[in-house]
Amino acid sequence: MNADRIANRVVAGGLIAAALLLAGCSIEPWVKPYERERLADPIMKFSRDPLADKHREHIFDVREAAHGATGVQGGGCGCN
Amino acid sequence: MNSRNRLLLPRTAAILATSWALLAVGAASAAAALTSGPAPDFTLHSVAGANLRLQEQRGQVVMLNFWASWCAPCRQEMPQLDRLYEKYHAAGFQLLGVNVDEDARNAAGVSSKLGLHFPVLLDTEKRVSHLYDLSTMPSTVLIDRDGRVRYIHRGYKDGYEQTYDEQIRELLRE
Amino acid sequence: MAVTRGRRETPAFGRSALARLRGIVSRCIRALAGARVQPADGARLAGLLGGVLAAASADSAELPEDRADTMFHLYDGGGVTALGPAVLIRKSLFDSVSLSGSYYVDMVSNASIDVVTTASPYHETRTESTLGLDYLYHDSLISLSGTHSKEPDYSADSVSVDVTQDVFSGMTTVNVGYTRGWDTVGKHGLPGFSAPANHWQYRLGVTQVLTSRWLMSLNLESVSDDGYLQSPYRVARVFGAAVPERDPSTRTGRAALLRVAGDIGSRSAVRAQYRYFWDTWGIGAHTAEFGYSRYLGNRWLLDGHVRYHTQDHALFYSDNFTSEMTYMSRNRQLSSFWDAGPGVKATYSAGRVWSRFDLKVTTAYEWLRFQYRDFTDIRTGQLYSFNANVLELFVSATY
Repeated sequence: MNADRIANRVVAGGLIAAALLLAGCSIEPWVKPYERERLADPIMKFSRDPLADKHREHIFDVREAAHGATGVQGGGCGCN
Repeated sequence: MNSRNRLLLPRTAAILATSWALLAVGAASAAAALTSGPAPDFTLHSVAGANLRLQEQRGQVVMLNFWASWCAPCRQEMPQLDRLYEKYHAAGFQLLGVNVDEDARNAAGVSSKLGLHFPVLLDTEKRVSHLYDLSTMPSTVLIDRDGRVRYIHRGYKDGYEQTYDEQIRELLRE
Repeated sequence: MAVTRGRRETPAFGRSALARLRGIVSRCIRALAGARVQPADGARLAGLLGGVLAAASADSAELPEDRADTMFHLYDGGGVTALGPAVLIRKSLFDSVSLSGSYYVDMVSNASIDVVTTASPYHETRTESTLGLDYLYHDSLISLSGTHSKEPDYSADSVSVDVTQDVFSGMTTVNVGYTRGWDTVGKHGLPGFSAPANHWQYRLGVTQVLTSRWLMSLNLESVSDDGYLQSPYRVARVFGAAVPERDPSTRTGRAALLRVAGDIGSRSAVRAQYRYFWDTWGIGAHTAEFGYSRYLGNRWLLDGHVRYHTQDHALFYSDNFTSEMTYMSRNRQLSSFWDAGPGVKATYSAGRVWSRFDLKVTTAYEWLRFQYRDFTDIRTGQLYSFNANVLELFVSATY
């Protein structure tokens, strides 16, 4: 099975599973919101300084053939 | 892109929109549960130094607000709560802020920076948070004069303080 | 050049129902190939990265914090020096909306191996502006942004939409995004030359809280390019003779990135990430990075990282073709090479200024080594390699 099909199935499976799980039941979080102090710390962010990260990303995108999937990070304080 | 790919975007958008709607509905419904009954008793150290016990507040309308220095909506809510405290304290309203920071100094820091007048209790071991089975930060619990939980608010959004005001007034009239 | 590796020119993601989800992780092409001789053609990439700027600041469906950053950036390596200022300003309104704007200037002096062996060194300036809007609605963050990048012979525009949704009480964050880019390729000395290039990017990401100290994220992205994807200046070599390069006019690439971050106590954290990239041009690339961050005292934050990247050459790439083919390129960006290097970053928290702004000053330095496996320096006949220095100095104010 080549990488394309694997990626496709991961995406499809993920979305379908998430939608089904959430449509009916609610999952109990195993890390309570009041236990997320460490996760809310800036050093746990994948991207802390957007301008600097943009510069770095640009340097590599111009010289390397690979790019993309730098993505968005979640996992913060779980507030609200 | 060939003609077959031209339909990709609308189809993808439809799938994504449906999935997103389901996710959002699921997320919203998970936060809707309400509990009631006698408010679990506890004793905590306050930032000012003294110990405070919940049961001693009976006869007053009590609001418990669970917060942390690293939680942005919590800090946003604080000035509103302080305003409510100043407004209704003389009429028999007590507001207890329960802080869950690992480092108690953060609680004292934020409390003095925001100029809070109500007592801030330190729940560094998360005992009370666990006792009240918090599912969101911040959480606000309204307890009547008989020590029964009447309202629970999960999270904070602009305008919540209006609801708090009405509910406090209702409980004070009882 | 008969290497096919069993890749289809237009990979099918699957059939029937699954084929619809193709759009999400479908064609991943950034116009890398059509790169001109000078490396600073982020004009083409700028538009695509503009969306990243808006999306990257989204953190678990919370409005990004207000900040103003001023940066000086410098890249020096392989005969190219690119430097300039950059500014970013972000302000929130009504507790649910955040506006942002950034302006980036790249002044390039290019005497790279491609330039000195076929032309003469030159200077050029690229400017890029981005405007972004973030809207927070309950547990969802919707981000829109638009970017315009301009240099004398290349202009690129793009718009992006990203939606970030917290689910499972914030234990999981799902993100989907779309970027559409339009480029216009020009050529120095040929005013009538104008060719378009179009880009479509689809993103999907999931961040999952594992424990109270660890979290991980998986991001998938697909980029499709269509149009003039090569450089009007670059040449390929056939039996030592120079011919203008010819790249295919379509490209689809996909990237999958896995990241893990953990708080390991003593006010420090580690992170690791791995990305695999593959595309319809036959390129397969691996990129890995390890980072360590630590607070020191009350005011300092130190970061260190090591990065390694390796890739295969494109199907139609050759350092020196032995026969004429439909597509031919000697673009070293599509060659087989590796690059690696360490980096350090130090942030000093200067405290509150003018009773309103929390100031931080940061210095970041990175050293890189590029080593090519099938691209030679025609001046020496040896495989080409070079070192590079990257420097960033910036001041951030949060308010």
